[in-house]
Amino acid sequence: MNETRSPLRTFVIYAGALLILVWSGGPFLWQFSTSFQLDKMLTSGSPSLIPHPFTLEHYYNAFFEKQLHRYVWNSLVVSLATTFLCLFVGSLAAFALSRLNVKGRFGILMVILSVSMFPQIALVGPLYLVATNLGLLDTYTALIITYLALGLPLVTWVLFGYFETLPREIDEAARMDGVSVPGLLWRIILPMSLPSLVTTGLLAFITAWNEFLFALAFTSNIDRQTIPVGIANFTNLYYVPWGDIAAASAVVTVPLILLVLFFQRHIIEGLTQGGVKE
Amino acid sequence: MTAAATISSAGRPRRLGRALPGAFWVLILLTPAFVSLASVSFYPIVNGLYLSLTNTSLITQDQEFTGFANYVQLWGDPQFWNAWWHTMWFTAASTMLETLIGLGMALILCEAFKGRGLVRAAMLVPWAMPTVVTSKMFGWLFDGQNGIINYILLHAGLIDQNVNWYGSTSTAMITIIIADVWKTTPFMALLLLTGLQTVPNSLIEAARMDGAKGWITFWHIRLPLLMPTLLIAGLFRALDAFRVFDLVYVLTGGGPADSTETLSTLSYKVLFSTLQFGYGSAVSTAMFITEGVIALVFVVYLVRQIRRAQ
Repeated sequence: MNETRSPLRTFVIYAGALLILVWSGGPFLWQFSTSFQLDKMLTSGSPSLIPHPFTLEHYYNAFFEKQLHRYVWNSLVVSLATTFLCLFVGSLAAFALSRLNVKGRFGILMVILSVSMFPQIALVGPLYLVATNLGLLDTYTALIITYLALGLPLVTWVLFGYFETLPREIDEAARMDGVSVPGLLWRIILPMSLPSLVTTGLLAFITAWNEFLFALAFTSNIDRQTIPVGIANFTNLYYVPWGDIAAASAVVTVPLILLVLFFQRHIIEGLTQGGVKE
Repeated sequence: MTAAATISSAGRPRRLGRALPGAFWVLILLTPAFVSLASVSFYPIVNGLYLSLTNTSLITQDQEFTGFANYVQLWGDPQFWNAWWHTMWFTAASTMLETLIGLGMALILCEAFKGRGLVRAAMLVPWAMPTVVTSKMFGWLFDGQNGIINYILLHAGLIDQNVNWYGSTSTAMITIIIADVWKTTPFMALLLLTGLQTVPNSLIEAARMDGAKGWITFWHIRLPLLMPTLLIAGLFRALDAFRVFDLVYVLTGGGPADSTETLSTLSYKVLFSTLQFGYGSAVSTAMFITEGVIALVFVVYLVRQIRRAQ
């Protein structure tokens, strides 16, 4: 097919590809460069992509003045707990829906999917009242319980899709060998699904790591606030500390980007399988 | 979907696959997910519906049933309609732009070229970034004084003085739409790309043999076949755009002069600044209903499209 491509077509494709690359990578590249530049260079009126002089001042400010590491710790605790819970609960549900005799399976899956489309602002008020009554404001628990439900639909769907691709002869063979239902899930299906578990785990992690609305409503001090809330509050009295914000952005985004790039193939496959099937 | 297959061997029929034993295990395995979704998603919706019929306020500690009083107030509340229109406008504009630009990107990625893997990987960057970070990043890019966008446009001669992008009522919403389009278009493109890749190459080859030009094959073969994917992706995008919160709250907080107030930010303010949980719940319930209507319209259209294609 490619040999017949006209020069014009080739030019359009490469120009388009370059445009996509600049579009996707450009803004963050600038943000990254900003994080290494002195404030007076940033406001000098002649911006340059190469930091000159190079400075780590903003990183110093982000950690020592704004205590970024405490937000990072909170986010890590909440996101990791969410990830494991999501994988646990999601794989149980996906396994039952894919492997056991469940009536109205498709209906259940549709309900789970539509739940993920509920406007979160409609949930936050009533949940705030519940959290207040249970004394769960400013706790990790409130965030983890909420994020579990937010991540669950996607995790269940993606895992269900993956389980469906595993041959059913396995189930039969396992039964013949006298393996119980939990044994089938734990010893046979899950070990076979490791790649998918990694991807879905990453998706759940990103969901929790990036979530803002509930974290904003449920937490009010730095002991429990997560990164998005921390960064949203990054302001100084008289000016916006763009350099410090850029440094914090880089710290919380670069690891995420590396993870995503590392697992990119699985992520794209995992996320799109629902859209492509049928 | 694969249905449960039945095989019979040596006169002893046995159902393969799904027919593993026990309603017992189904119950055990589905319960955790059910409890989680019921308590964190369904309960709040129902409770919100109830709260919206009361005058609940965390300040006065009132909680009396007031019927539809909140909705009557809502109907005559210019702030609500202001936010409603902004939300609809934001949803329509960003969904449309994201679908169109995403389609363009997908068509390019569909071709083989050097460095395609790199481009595809780079496209996940906006998606993976926390929205709050995106918001702050656009705050810096579009800064009225030292923003790089102003610098570039000024030096390209496209504007003759710095634009106060998100600081002025006429351009604030546009800035937010640009930020949203930046963040979600690449992902949209990846979704559409997988849709495009399911279009059989043989069809396109055949059309080309018959002398059809590139854009004719696109218009008559690829686009119709891509339509269901396009509509489903559009639906999810629209529903997601409709509840936009992070981007607006962090970049403009709904300002200047309420010019970027959306239903989510308005609800949040009514709930957590004025602590009127009754009225705030009415706003968010109205939002839920609007979202349901949007979804319904999309689904009806989608079903009709698919029926017509058959």
